[in-house]
Amino acid sequence: MTAAAVPFTNKRRREITTPEGLTLPLTIASRSARAGALILDVMIILFALIAFHIALIAVAGGLIDNMGSAFSAAPSGAAEFLQILLIIVVFLSWYGYFLVQELGPRGATLGKRILGIRIAARGQGQAAARLTPEAVIARNLLRDIEVFYPLVFILVTAMSAYAGENSGAMIWVAAGWFGLFLLLPLFNRDALRAGDIIAGTWVVEAPRLQLARALSARPASAAEKTAVAPAARPAFTPDELGVYGERELQVLERLLREDEPAALATVHTTIATKIGRQAVPGDARAFLEAFYAALRAKLEQDMRFGKRKADKHS
Amino acid sequence: MNFTALAARLNPFGQRRNSAAPLEPVNTALRSDRFRLEREADWLRLEAIIKRMEQGKLGRISDEDLLALPALYRTAASSLAAMRETSLDAATLAYLEQLVLRAWFQVYGPRLGFFRWLREFLLGGWSRAVRALSLDILITLGVMVAGVVAGWLLVASDPDWYYRLVPAGSGQGRVPGASAEDLLATLAPADEIGGLSTFAAYLFSNNAGVCILAFALGFAFGIPSLMLMVHNMALLGALLWLFDGQGVVVELAAWLSVHGTTELFGILLSGAAGLHIGRSMAFPGDQSVLASAAAAGRRSALVMVGVVFMMIIAALLEAFPRQLVAGTPERFAIGGVMLAFWLAYFFLYAPRKPSADEPAA
Repeated sequence: MTAAAVPFTNKRRREITTPEGLTLPLTIASRSARAGALILDVMIILFALIAFHIALIAVAGGLIDNMGSAFSAAPSGAAEFLQILLIIVVFLSWYGYFLVQELGPRGATLGKRILGIRIAARGQGQAAARLTPEAVIARNLLRDIEVFYPLVFILVTAMSAYAGENSGAMIWVAAGWFGLFLLLPLFNRDALRAGDIIAGTWVVEAPRLQLARALSARPASAAEKTAVAPAARPAFTPDELGVYGERELQVLERLLREDEPAALATVHTTIATKIGRQAVPGDARAFLEAFYAALRAKLEQDMRFGKRKADKHS
Repeated sequence: MNFTALAARLNPFGQRRNSAAPLEPVNTALRSDRFRLEREADWLRLEAIIKRMEQGKLGRISDEDLLALPALYRTAASSLAAMRETSLDAATLAYLEQLVLRAWFQVYGPRLGFFRWLREFLLGGWSRAVRALSLDILITLGVMVAGVVAGWLLVASDPDWYYRLVPAGSGQGRVPGASAEDLLATLAPADEIGGLSTFAAYLFSNNAGVCILAFALGFAFGIPSLMLMVHNMALLGALLWLFDGQGVVVELAAWLSVHGTTELFGILLSGAAGLHIGRSMAFPGDQSVLASAAAAGRRSALVMVGVVFMMIIAALLEAFPRQLVAGTPERFAIGGVMLAFWLAYFFLYAPRKPSADEPAA
C-alpha cells in the first residue's frame, strides 16, 4: 500500500498519550467496517462448522444414521461420542473463536484483521490503559444478546406478523427493545456496542504502513542513471515557493507517490502557470520532484524558526 | 484506492515487499531526510520485531533483538517527536505513528497468554472476583428465595398457576394430582447409562446459555436479571409445592441437590454478576457511568467464566450421579459436598494477589 497521507476524518480521531509523554493518533473504526468484520467472522465459523460436519459424515457416516433418535433410544457408544463432540465443538468454536483471537497479540479476529481494525482498551490521553483478558471476555459474552438474539427475535416477529398471526403489542415492544441493543453503536460518538461499554474497550483502526521511499533522497545509483542531474534541476526563488503551504506540499507528495502521469502533467501545468513559468511537456515528474524538494526545504527551514504556513491562503 | 492497494489491504498475511529502498548511499538535500535516513534502519528493525510479536512467534525473536526492543521503541518514539517538529514528510510521519502505535500495543498489550491467565484465574483470581460481588450475591440470593416462596404461594392459592410456570412437556409426569408413586418414579435413576453423556453435553450448553443471558441482561440496570431469577425460582417453588402435597419433598430436595447446589450457585453468581453491572450503572458513585460500568463489567466477566466451569460440572453431575445414584442420603451427600466445596473455594480460599502489575481482579 502506498503510504500516502491518510485523510483522517476528524470526528473519529482520538489521541492517546504513551507513558513517554508522546501523543499518538487513534482512529475509531467505522461502523461499516465492524459490521463487515462480524459478518466475515460468522461466515468463517459457519463454514468451518459445516466443513467439520461434512468431514465427520465422511469419516463416520454409518454412525450418524441413528443420530435422530438419540434422545429417545440409547444410541451406540460411538455415535454418542460423536454427538458430544459436535455439541462441544459448536460451543467452543462459537465462544473460543472470538476469545482466543482477541486475547492474542493482534487483538483482532480474522475478520477484523482483514478489515484492518482491532480492539483496544478505551481511554484517551493519559487514561489509555492496557487491554486485559477480563475486558476481552466481557465484551464477547455480551455479543449474543446484542446482535444475535435481536436479529433472530426481530426476524421471527416479522415473519409471524407476515403470516397473519396476531402476536400482540408485547412482541413488538420486545423487538424494539432488542433493536435498541443492535443499534446502540449508531447512537454514540465512539461507536460503542453494549459489550464495549461493559468491557471498557473500543474498536480502532490498526493501520499497517510500509516505510515509503524518501522522496527528496534519490539513491546514488539512480541519480546517475537519470538524465536530470541535480545541477540541471530548475532552481526556484523564495517568491515562487511562497505561494504554497504545507497542505499543498502534502497533496504534491501524494501525487508523486501515486505516480500517475496524467495527474502529474495537470499539476505540472497548474504550478508552472501559477509561478509564471513555461511548462515543458514531458518534464512533469522531474519538475515536480524538484519543486517538491525546494518547497519542503523552505517550509521546513521556516518551521525550525517557528514559522508555519498551513496552506496557500495563510 | 487503487487495486493493488486494495489487494494488499485484503491480504493480512501478505509480505509487502516494495518498502523503503535498501540503504544505499544517497544524495539528499533535506536535513529532515538525512535525519530519517540515519534512523530508518532502527525503525525497520523494530518493525520486524513487532511483526513477529504480532504473529505470536516470540520464540523466533533473538535475544539480541529482545534486549534491543526497549531502546528501539524509545528511538522510534523520539524520532516521531522530533520529526513532528522538523519534517513535513507526511508519509514518513504516518509510518512512524503507526509503528509506535503498534509497538505500544505490543509493549502495553495483554501480557498474559491464555493459559497463564487461566492458571492465575483458577488459583485465586476467580474467588477474589466472587468476593468482590458479595453484596450483589446477597441481594440475588434474597430475590431467589423470594422467587421460590412466590412460586409456592401462587400454586398453593391456585393450582392452575402450575401450568403457567412449568413449561408443557418438561414435566415428565410431574403434574398436580399425580400420586406419590408417580412423582417418585420421575426421580428414579435411569436404568442404563446410554444417552446420558449426550444429555450432559446438551444440558451444559443449554444452562450456560441461560447464565450468559442472565449476565447480559444486567445491562438494563440489573432488573431483567432479577426478573429472570424470580421466574426460574418460582418454577422451583411450584415443583416443591407439588411434591410437598404428596409428602415426598425430601426426596425431591435430595434429587435436586446433586447438581442443584452447583447449578443454582452458578445461576446465583450470574444473576449477581448481571446485577453488579446494573447497580454500578445506576449508582456510579464519583466515577463516570461508562468508567463505572467498565470496571464492574471486567469484575463480573471473571465471575462469568467461572460460571461456565460450574455449568460443566453441574451438567456432569446432573447426567451421571443424579441418574445413577438412588438413595436419598447419598444424593444429599453429593450435593452437600459440592456446596461445601464451592463455599470454601470462594470464601475461605483467598491467596494473596501475585503482583501489582497483573490485571486487577
